[in-house]
Amino acid sequence: MSEMLIKNATVYDPINGVNGDLMDIAVKDGKIVDSASGSAQVIDAGGRLVYPGGVDAHTHIAGSKVNVGRIMRPEDSRLGLKPKTKLTRPYTGYTVPNVYAMGYRYAEMGYTTAFEAAIPILKARHTHEEFEEIPIIDKGGLTLFGSNWMVMDAIRENDQERLAAYVAWGLLASRGWGVKVVNPGGGEAWGFGKNVSGLDDPVPNFEVTPRQIIRNLAEVNEKMDLPHSIHLHCNNLGKPGNYETTLASFDICKDIKSKRDRQSLHVTHVQFNAWGGNHWGDFESKSEPIADYLNQNDFLTIDMGQLVFGSATTMTADGPVQYANARLLKARWSNGDVELEDASGVTPLEYHPQSYIHGIMWAIGLELALLTKDPWQVLMTTDHPNGGPYVNYPMVMTMLMSQKRREQEMSKIAEKTFDRTCIAGIDRELDWYDIAIKTRAAHAKVLGIVEHGKGHLGVGADADIAIYDIKPDETDATVEFDKVEAAFRRSAYTIKAGEVVARDGEITAVPMGRTYWVKTKVDNGGYDRMMDDLKMKFKNYYSVNMANYMVQDEYVERPYVVETEYK
Amino acid sequence: MIIKDVLCPFCGCLCDDLAVEVEDNKVVDVKHACKIGASKIKGHDRIKAPMMRDDKNGEFREVSYDEAINESAKILANSKRPLLYGWASGVCEMMKKGVLLNEEVGGIIDNTASVCHGPSALGVHEKGLPTGTLGQFSNRADVVVFWGCNPVQAHPRHMSRYSVFAKGFFANKGRRSRKVVVFDVRKTDTANLADDYIQVNPGEDYMVLSALRAIVADKADVVPETVGGVPKEKLVEVAEVMKGAKFGIVYFGMGLTQSRGKYKNIDNAVSLITELNAHGKHSIIPMRGHYNVTGFGQVCAWETGFVNAVDMSRGIPYYNPGETCSNDLLMREEIDAAFVIAGDAGAHFPAQSIARMGKVPVIQVDPFHNPTTEMANIVIPTKVSGVELEGTAYRMDAVSLRMRKLVDVDFPSDEEVLDKIIAKVREIKGASS
Repeated sequence: MSEMLIKNATVYDPINGVNGDLMDIAVKDGKIVDSASGSAQVIDAGGRLVYPGGVDAHTHIAGSKVNVGRIMRPEDSRLGLKPKTKLTRPYTGYTVPNVYAMGYRYAEMGYTTAFEAAIPILKARHTHEEFEEIPIIDKGGLTLFGSNWMVMDAIRENDQERLAAYVAWGLLASRGWGVKVVNPGGGEAWGFGKNVSGLDDPVPNFEVTPRQIIRNLAEVNEKMDLPHSIHLHCNNLGKPGNYETTLASFDICKDIKSKRDRQSLHVTHVQFNAWGGNHWGDFESKSEPIADYLNQNDFLTIDMGQLVFGSATTMTADGPVQYANARLLKARWSNGDVELEDASGVTPLEYHPQSYIHGIMWAIGLELALLTKDPWQVLMTTDHPNGGPYVNYPMVMTMLMSQKRREQEMSKIAEKTFDRTCIAGIDRELDWYDIAIKTRAAHAKVLGIVEHGKGHLGVGADADIAIYDIKPDETDATVEFDKVEAAFRRSAYTIKAGEVVARDGEITAVPMGRTYWVKTKVDNGGYDRMMDDLKMKFKNYYSVNMANYMVQDEYVERPYVVETEYK
Repeated sequence: MIIKDVLCPFCGCLCDDLAVEVEDNKVVDVKHACKIGASKIKGHDRIKAPMMRDDKNGEFREVSYDEAINESAKILANSKRPLLYGWASGVCEMMKKGVLLNEEVGGIIDNTASVCHGPSALGVHEKGLPTGTLGQFSNRADVVVFWGCNPVQAHPRHMSRYSVFAKGFFANKGRRSRKVVVFDVRKTDTANLADDYIQVNPGEDYMVLSALRAIVADKADVVPETVGGVPKEKLVEVAEVMKGAKFGIVYFGMGLTQSRGKYKNIDNAVSLITELNAHGKHSIIPMRGHYNVTGFGQVCAWETGFVNAVDMSRGIPYYNPGETCSNDLLMREEIDAAFVIAGDAGAHFPAQSIARMGKVPVIQVDPFHNPTTEMANIVIPTKVSGVELEGTAYRMDAVSLRMRKLVDVDFPSDEEVLDKIIAKVREIKGASS
């Protein structure tokens, strides 16, 4: 493969502590190397901003929920159209883009890796079918375990070895990267139209509590030595007053230590879970206690789930919350229960700045990011497309960097918002280094893919590089936010595995990325006990045969497999 | 040799528990399948070689694959408004090539749902679809409603595997765990197995649904004495059964999608289910016909953003049912060439559409002779997916499974034929541009 030399780059590479140094980056065979030979292709960055390729640790880009959104929302697919070219397939959609636009648009913004946040095992084949058609970016996915019968039965019977054996089997069956827990127990309760009300409310018919599900999965996750921690979508999401459940959920994992250099708990889209008040009338932000907790504890990380005004398609394995949303908003409602495993729901909605509820939600996301001192603890996400589509990341980045930009947005927002939030009083403005952390480095660290070459530009890392048309020395992001946003929207160059895939926001090459998944060896008695239970469930309760259930190798053509062992 | 856990390439049940005995590369026995599925797997007379003719009333002559493929590519590349129809009895891998071919020729790609569950998709655009996987229903449902569908004949193993007789975790007594209600215009064999049969006047399902919604909303007083031929008393009784369910499931078919009201019926049925969720848990699911008709909707949606009827003449996907479905275009006499694959337009389109197909070149890709063959100018036989070819199919509940190959044959796959047509179309278009 070819060589490349990026000269005069102003590099921000937080994992390697590089903070705005003017340097050259050499690339060979798709990796970062020490130096390049004279035959290398030279790109003169001319002092412009260079980041590692963007990494998105929580996004909904593929699989049954996304496709339900597309099928339900033809009006969305009429947005964002771009005709086919000799190189690219047609682009469609805004909140639920087609597979091609999904990959192209990430690449156009300088993103090169994205992890799908919810794979139901039974429908994992579908997720991978879409992965195989999303161009350019590398992918991985988190597998849903929080309402699974195998999981709950093993926990009730205090058989953690069996639980570990099942989690390993489920990750293999779904070709998944990590353990996702969504409204633990709530998905099963939703099977009969109910929900669980809190961490100690037993799941009907299974007699385990959400607390036990979280705790056991977190412990097993560490014993399995998985690259990522458990990835939790808390109970009571979408309900005023839920911040207390969120704080109590944090505490469950407080004493769990990871051997790896990462958190032992990641709590996702916390914007939706940092709500105060008892009802919509006294709804308010509770970002402060959440941020305080983060400031005092380093065992956990979160992501923002930032709200972006305009159209969104909410999609989640949290089935009951979607029914509540649809009824509240008189919106279309699709539900997708998955036998023995989980629930899901999809509902389109529109976020209005003149709605103080939406205004408060907008503020909470930013408050979480700005009140938490350590930038590594709060990832920038919009929980695409729940808070809004990922194409708005550049706008969110400028809001984190500029108080003026926030003020501009606040001028459009219902006034009542500001009695119930603290956003107006926050003057913190993040710098280029912080943004590099919040959009790539911390995502890679949280996912556990730094050692696999992601999120940094050290020698040996994947040559996934973004060059933006900004000269950091000459640009005041606190004022020139429009310019900064424009630059982040269309990278000058996006380089994926050493190949220029986008130039000035236009796709120039369409390689296919890899799919990351984890294979864990669980070599103990738990495996046999798990298999007995699993075979019984397939025989009696699943509607497909076990022999046809697991995702076959044909669906993961370019795998990147990480192996671990249960201890 | 007995091959186990075989998937059935017949209906939307996509049963995956068949055992097929193969000797000397021939299927000799099929176990666990219904009669229709077994018959398809055992095979019957198929088209032996590619054929062409200029005059649709004339005799076919056998030609080589290359000749048939090159001629097909020529017709499609030179057509101003080609229709690419079918895309049901095949695997997803070939459907992806179909979407690509449609991009190359700037045509319209439309699937058999167009004359089947297409209105269901429109209902989903309006109201969404509260649904689940079939195992969710077999494990939980205590009230089962079949509306305008007849699984005894059309989905023979549906009732035993998923809906009525199947024992589940909660519904552990199978048939005795459930109350079964059938709404239909005629007393079908499915109705004969039900606890309750409600005869609806033809074309009056919408009104019956509206009456049920009113009763569920405690507004029975506004319901007239008879609705759609059903006495109010009966409707109140059924509405109470549905409302009292811990888990209710409605399976619906052509009786609802293709009768008067069409997608409005689905809109109304989905609304009823959504409202019932205020009481117990309720779901609704279309009874899809072909084993992978669901797969096309999935592939088309993730590749083009739209579920069906996608017009690529502008270089971007454009979808507007009523304008861009096969029969809209055929009846407006816009179509100047038709490519029919893994579906049978000849058997299912109205006469006016067939008349148009009689006037334009028709290319058929199919293992079997069917009414479309009678209108075809070019016929290209291919492998039978799920028997002679592996690949992906989506069950009616959108659970995807991998179909197995049971025997080897020399025929090309649909995908191989499409690949060659695409290459040739590019060559022709490249030369002319």
